[in-house]
Amino acid sequence: MARREMRTPTDEATVRALRVGDEVAVTGTIITARDTAHKYMVDMRPAFLRPILQGAAIYHCGPIMRKERKGWSVVAAGPTTSAREEPYQADVIQRYRVRVVIGKGGMGPKTLDACRRHGAVYLHAVGGAAVTLAGYVKKVTDVLKLEEFGAPEAFWILEVEGFPTVVTMDAHGGSLHAEVEARSHMALDRLLGRS
Amino acid sequence: MKHLVEAFTELIRRASTDLPRDVCERIRRGYEEEKPGSNARAALEIILRNIEDARSTSAPICQDTGTNTWYVGVPERTPTEPIRKAIARATVAATKRCYLRPNTMDPVTGVNSGDNLGIGHPVIHFRTRNRPGIQADLLLKGGGCENVSAQYSLPDERLGAGRNLAGVRAVVLHAIHRAQGRGCAPGIVGIAIGGDRAQGLAAAKEQLLRLMPDVNTDHVLGEMENDVVAAANRLGIGPMGFGGRTTLLGAKATRLHRLPASFFVSVAYMCWACRRASVTIAGKRNIRFSQIAESARRYHR
Repeated sequence: MARREMRTPTDEATVRALRVGDEVAVTGTIITARDTAHKYMVDMRPAFLRPILQGAAIYHCGPIMRKERKGWSVVAAGPTTSAREEPYQADVIQRYRVRVVIGKGGMGPKTLDACRRHGAVYLHAVGGAAVTLAGYVKKVTDVLKLEEFGAPEAFWILEVEGFPTVVTMDAHGGSLHAEVEARSHMALDRLLGRS
Repeated sequence: MKHLVEAFTELIRRASTDLPRDVCERIRRGYEEEKPGSNARAALEIILRNIEDARSTSAPICQDTGTNTWYVGVPERTPTEPIRKAIARATVAATKRCYLRPNTMDPVTGVNSGDNLGIGHPVIHFRTRNRPGIQADLLLKGGGCENVSAQYSLPDERLGAGRNLAGVRAVVLHAIHRAQGRGCAPGIVGIAIGGDRAQGLAAAKEQLLRLMPDVNTDHVLGEMENDVVAAANRLGIGPMGFGGRTTLLGAKATRLHRLPASFFVSVAYMCWACRRASVTIAGKRNIRFSQIAESARRYHR
């Protein structure tokens, strides 16, 4: 396990250097995208997102935003459960060359395989830590599809500094979620006297 | 009416931004038990910082401010409609002030109502109390943990769970295992044994109002609560599913009579952010906030 810094957008070599268990502080641009956004990216294949998502970090998050006199501020912005994007994520990684997916709870074999084949990582943020994580957002650069999707589901383009995460799925087929699942399954069998 | 709206708005603010001390205490204990340098300990450290940050800045602990469930006690013959209206107004006001995220969506049209009012929302359960004044307990429970809540029908052959307490234990541990970190572990489980399907899940959720050190005075249920916590913490799931010792902060169980043909076990999984707050309103100048829910007390059986 190592402590690392990462700048986003990023490249394949950088994400391939990361391993499960590494603690990664992210600095740069992250783009929120959750259920509606993922369905939209896969179904509609919008071209205008291509330059924005090239090498980018996507953040599974539906933040609470406050409208200020000028622009927006982030009130609360923790990760949402990533598993719901499992049907879409592999496609999004491949099509848009997304390099980093930030969320919580981990994702399944399809996404893990896409990370390995195309060079991407899954970074786990701390679920529920919405205020502390919002504190790492230094600037709200833009928002896309706000009217159409509503505030929680829109694409918020955020500048973060030192945003804390843990690599739980790497670009080499490693998944902390699969490991913990398997180990805890054995423990459950022992507790229930089934082994 | 105005004082009710103000008191309820303040109740929502407290529930959303100020995690009850008994829950914080359990999280702190978990932090101390995790290995220094581990992912588990780092996650709990951020959680503890977040609890302080939310309290000191009066911002929502989690951006998913959840299903708002109200448990309201009123003296007999109290009209409940004005209380419903006051809760609705407080909900709109709290949303405007960013204590709640716009969180209610029409499942058919996909439209977010924008103010947390909607069909069936907020959820309000009334009960009568034999003391003067209105007493309200509020629970905020997010979608991530609600999605991993579960209900079992015993016997469950696949899990080897029969119609007895060993079977109940097996399915409860199965639910905790299946949730992994996705319900934002370390979690808390409310357990209801028996009832019909609707009763069971409602009673399991209501158990989440009980304080962490509160062990059921019913000997069998009390023992089960302690046993479930000890066993779950040997699963090794840990905070956020990173692996570790702290998987479950608490378990609270109750029972309901069942039909001879049915044996349901309902498990309400709550994330570490078990957001609850209480208030007693005995007059315009007699409003007392607390972190101890009144409606939970009748569940020692």
